[in-house]
Amino acid sequence: MNDFLKIQGLEARIDADGTPKEILKGIDLEIPKGEIHAIMGPNGSGKSTLSYVLSGRDDYEVTGGSATFKGQDLLALDPEERAALGVFLAFQSPVELPGVNNANFLRTAVNAVRRARGEDELDAVAFLKAVRAETKRLSMSDEMLKRAVNVGFSGGEKKRNEVLQMRLLQPSFAILDETDSGLDIDALRIVADGVNSLRGPDFSALVITHHQRLLDYIVPDRVHVMAKGKIIYSGGPEVAKTLEKQGYTQFLEAAA
Amino acid sequence: MSTGTAVQSSPALSAFVGRAAGHGSVLAERGIPTRRVEAWRYTPLRAFTETVWNEASALSDHDVQSLLDALALPEAESRAVFANGQEAASQTRLSENLVRSQGEAVDPLEDRFSAILNAALRQDGLSIRVPAGVAAGTLVLVSLTSGNAISTHLRHQIVLEDGASLTVFDVNAGDGRYVTNPRFDIVVGKGAQLNHVKLQREGANAGHLALVYASVDANGNYDSFTLNQGSELARHEVVATLTQAHAQVHVNGIQIVDGTRLNDLTSMIHHAAPDCGSRQTVKTVLSESGQGVFQGKILVDRVAQKTDGYQMNQALLLSEKAQINSKPELEIYADDVKCSHGATVGALDDEQLFYLRSRGVPEAEARIILVQAFLLDALDLVTDETLRDVLIRSITA
Repeated sequence: MNDFLKIQGLEARIDADGTPKEILKGIDLEIPKGEIHAIMGPNGSGKSTLSYVLSGRDDYEVTGGSATFKGQDLLALDPEERAALGVFLAFQSPVELPGVNNANFLRTAVNAVRRARGEDELDAVAFLKAVRAETKRLSMSDEMLKRAVNVGFSGGEKKRNEVLQMRLLQPSFAILDETDSGLDIDALRIVADGVNSLRGPDFSALVITHHQRLLDYIVPDRVHVMAKGKIIYSGGPEVAKTLEKQGYTQFLEAAA
Repeated sequence: MSTGTAVQSSPALSAFVGRAAGHGSVLAERGIPTRRVEAWRYTPLRAFTETVWNEASALSDHDVQSLLDALALPEAESRAVFANGQEAASQTRLSENLVRSQGEAVDPLEDRFSAILNAALRQDGLSIRVPAGVAAGTLVLVSLTSGNAISTHLRHQIVLEDGASLTVFDVNAGDGRYVTNPRFDIVVGKGAQLNHVKLQREGANAGHLALVYASVDANGNYDSFTLNQGSELARHEVVATLTQAHAQVHVNGIQIVDGTRLNDLTSMIHHAAPDCGSRQTVKTVLSESGQGVFQGKILVDRVAQKTDGYQMNQALLLSEKAQINSKPELEIYADDVKCSHGATVGALDDEQLFYLRSRGVPEAEARIILVQAFLLDALDLVTDETLRDVLIRSITA
């Protein structure tokens, strides 16, 4: 039934100073087309690892299981191929690129993805028009386009820059890795609005967060609780509220 | 004078000395340096000693034209073209602001090998002066070489009288297995400004041993930038002297080496007067088994108080087999100076690479973006936008 995102028994480890450390220990997760799911869980439960494995970072070794996206073996694709297919990761800590102009970076990315998707590239004028519309929506200054990517950006500016990239690249599946961390309430609203504006039958997302707060603004269809490399509980949006009130203990005990 | 290093006899040395006729005694005595000579420790000339390097024969107009066409040179007020060591008069046109002069005949006593070799085999290059106060625009100075087992030893002289200005775009290119050994004698007068932008894209099997002597008078500026990108082995060597107060010297550059090639940027900046400044930013990108060398010496005389010297060299290693040798040297006899140097060596950042790829940028393109980003602040030092674009095209082509 669901041929959108299907993760089965996914296991992954990282090399920690020469000794392999298992982080994902059998993740099962399905996200149908058009749905937004949230993953919550204590630190070290493997949430960020899951986002990196899905987006193709090669420091992680997948040791078992599978992940298919739109019927394709996601894990066999290069990061850029995943991006072209519609996967987008909003980084928890957006990477600084000194010497790379933000506007050029955005245009290079947009055109690389358009090329891979068989669409025409945007010329400088068309791109500028598109980017201006988005920066206005995100309350970003044009100044941020002239600077080097994320260099000297505040925490909030970096997160907005992530949402800007997401809006421009028009993914069909976005992973937001603690995009709310370090944001004040106004920035949080702007970021949430950026995500909600993409919401529709052709957009799915996986929102990774510690706090229920973000989920007040981006209301998820499903909430999954992750601990020790596994999803231990799944439910509706009310799960986030329960977690906020009672913490992870009852879920951990129930799973034990 | 002898350095105490035994002269190794070699086919190359015999051929050079034979060609030098009466001017080869110093060369014969000193020989071709081995790696035991400190200045050549990281830049072995061994691969060039077994060849008999002959005098180059002239190139046909047709050959010169096709070599020139391949370079896509920028338009400029003046152009001088040398092919296989001889001026291609039909390709040369100098603006009225450049006055031909007689080359200086006397060689300073010099123990640098590139100078000794050039002194033994010198060929007339371009000798010009820019009259006082004249802004002479840009001179594109092209040295083309084509052939095998040949060598050229051009001697150029550029004199800027007080308050004059000139930009020289010094282009070196060719094909074949040859050696070029150009020497520049540069005099920058009071308040004069010489921008010397060099593109070294000799053939992949060539040797290139270039030497620039620059002398800068009060408030004058010798601003140089070298893109070392060709040759099997290339050394660009600058010996600059700040002779009067408030003179400035910039020896900046980028080296890009791949294959088994070696590029070397060596400098000696001599602060002989107070209140002068010198700046060096050199960046080297190395891939495959490429080797890079940076040797930078700053000598500050006792009289040269308030000297401001800065030297930074950074290398980006794209392969585990690539190698960079970096040797900064400060020799300071004044007690009130500000001199700093720094060196960094690094690889491409995996996180940055992943970030770009996660945005759909293919890996090869992402690598190019990051290499260009590494080079950006060095390229920004080329103030002439046209020439900067030519260098950027050379790097990205």
